[in-house]
Amino acid sequence: MSAFSEFVDFISTSENWWGRTGIAHRLAEHVRISGIAVTVAAVVALPPALWLGHRRRGGVLAVAAVNVGQAVPSFAIVSLALPISLRWGHGFGFWPTLVALIALALPPIFTNTYAGVVGVDPAVVQAARGMGMREGEVLRKVELPNAIPLALTGLRLSAVQVVATATLGAFVGFGCLGSFINEGFRQRDDGVLLTGAVLVALLAIATEIVFGLLQRPLTPWLSRKKDTR
Amino acid sequence: MSGNPTGDLAIRFEHVEKRFPGAARPAVTDLTLDVASGELVALVGPSGCGKTTTLRMVNRLEEPTGGRLEVGGVDVRSVPAHELRRGIGYVIQQTGLFPHRTIAANIATVPVLLGWDKARIAARVDELVELVGLDPELLARYPAALSGGQQQRVGVARALAADPPVLLMDEPYSAVDPIVRAHLQDELLALQRRLRKTVVLVTHDIDEAIKLADRVAILNVGGIVEQYAAPADLLRVPANEFVASFLGRERALRRMALLAVADASPREGPVVAPTATVEEARRVMAEHHVDWIGVLDGRRIEGWVAADELDGHRTVGELTPRRFAAWVGLDTPLREALDMIVDSRTRVAVVLDGTYRGMVSIDDIADAMAAR
Repeated sequence: MSAFSEFVDFISTSENWWGRTGIAHRLAEHVRISGIAVTVAAVVALPPALWLGHRRRGGVLAVAAVNVGQAVPSFAIVSLALPISLRWGHGFGFWPTLVALIALALPPIFTNTYAGVVGVDPAVVQAARGMGMREGEVLRKVELPNAIPLALTGLRLSAVQVVATATLGAFVGFGCLGSFINEGFRQRDDGVLLTGAVLVALLAIATEIVFGLLQRPLTPWLSRKKDTR
Repeated sequence: MSGNPTGDLAIRFEHVEKRFPGAARPAVTDLTLDVASGELVALVGPSGCGKTTTLRMVNRLEEPTGGRLEVGGVDVRSVPAHELRRGIGYVIQQTGLFPHRTIAANIATVPVLLGWDKARIAARVDELVELVGLDPELLARYPAALSGGQQQRVGVARALAADPPVLLMDEPYSAVDPIVRAHLQDELLALQRRLRKTVVLVTHDIDEAIKLADRVAILNVGGIVEQYAAPADLLRVPANEFVASFLGRERALRRMALLAVADASPREGPVVAPTATVEEARRVMAEHHVDWIGVLDGRRIEGWVAADELDGHRTVGELTPRRFAAWVGLDTPLREALDMIVDSRTRVAVVLDGTYRGMVSIDDIADAMAAR
């Protein structure tokens, strides 16, 4: 049997979908940990990125964040987080994986949002101040909306990376789509391995599409269409 | 174009200094300058003369580091900056329109900040659109869909939204092409005749300053006022070499742009009735030292005929007169009149004001210039 027909065989068997080690549960866990990681990263990264961007400070920090984000492998963070999680009694699986994913998600959100705010046309910011907006109003009413396209790009990059990387959780005992890859590899079962790989890929693409769809309704002024509500 | 200031001062600079941290010299050294209420003042000078800094101190986008600056009799530093700014209109070069807001929302910016209710804001937006000559269709669009000229009109409407007594304009027309610029300048003059705001306008374009301002302040590096005078006075008697060189070579032509045909006192000129005899026509021509004669039927100017065409005729009316090439009104700028005159065969411009009001010649224009 070819790997592909084994894969089709595996996913079309309904027992493989249900239960603690089934496709549905692991897919849900994968999505859940990714969602939490991106949300936490956004909550942590957005306020300083917006404020530092508004003050036109912290460019060095933004660059450093990119470099660190690119340089440290996620697997290393998972490995480092594991003993700490164990010592603090959080065990295997979820917590070490989450820590690694948050660390992975932070840099793109921070740098892109920062760049988005810094990149707002200085004339527009000057006009906002000249009209009599307070600093907070300048940020909230003018800089933030105009930073949306880049901030969304940051969120999208983070989310896609997180979805792809959450797969690593399987190596510290977190039940996710990576678990199929892990099991398939150990059991020399290509069908199972392929199930994990294909679903992770599809989930990453779906994430990309969802963020792509968000762009337009959130930034109607960037639409080429002449008619506006 | 002389202002009709009510006499009280709208803006007062008293020994104002602006020193940027780390700069060897102050951007503005010791500026004392008054702007009367209802007056349009232009600040002109080479780059680095501190004209934009001076403007931005009025609404505290730059904080003065010395001296006293009053707007409407109140020290600008005694009011929170955001409150001060809500009471001062501000127009900038690149328009600074908010790209994420519709035109209507852009115009409504200050009224919203001031907490006006929705109905009042909507009514005011409609009023402003009309005032600055915008198509109401554009209200629902975003700035990116508008042309440069339209964007600049929106910028002016936004600045006027809360009806501030003072308007600051920082190189408002330097980003639009010359034709649109001339239009917008004319619109500003018309607007100013209606609204009588106190306007401070920064420009590097001396012609713009001459065209728009009641008074022009020529600034030198360090915010030194070299001369502060009405455009005509500036052009007639520049205070010093710096001002003269800044005004450029065509000072006389620029002054001519400020004077109107009425200032050159049009004269009846070499004209006769169609019934006049050829002898009479020859006598009038000799009197005026010209080789042509105008034909005036009552108060209607029929045209002109050349001296050599008169031979063999009894009256001027027997000839078909030719049209004059140059026609002007009493309010036509002398510069424009001159331009038409040099292109015409008779070397005069016919002045009409409903009916025939006379003619102006190059000599009349030169006399008018010398007299003022």
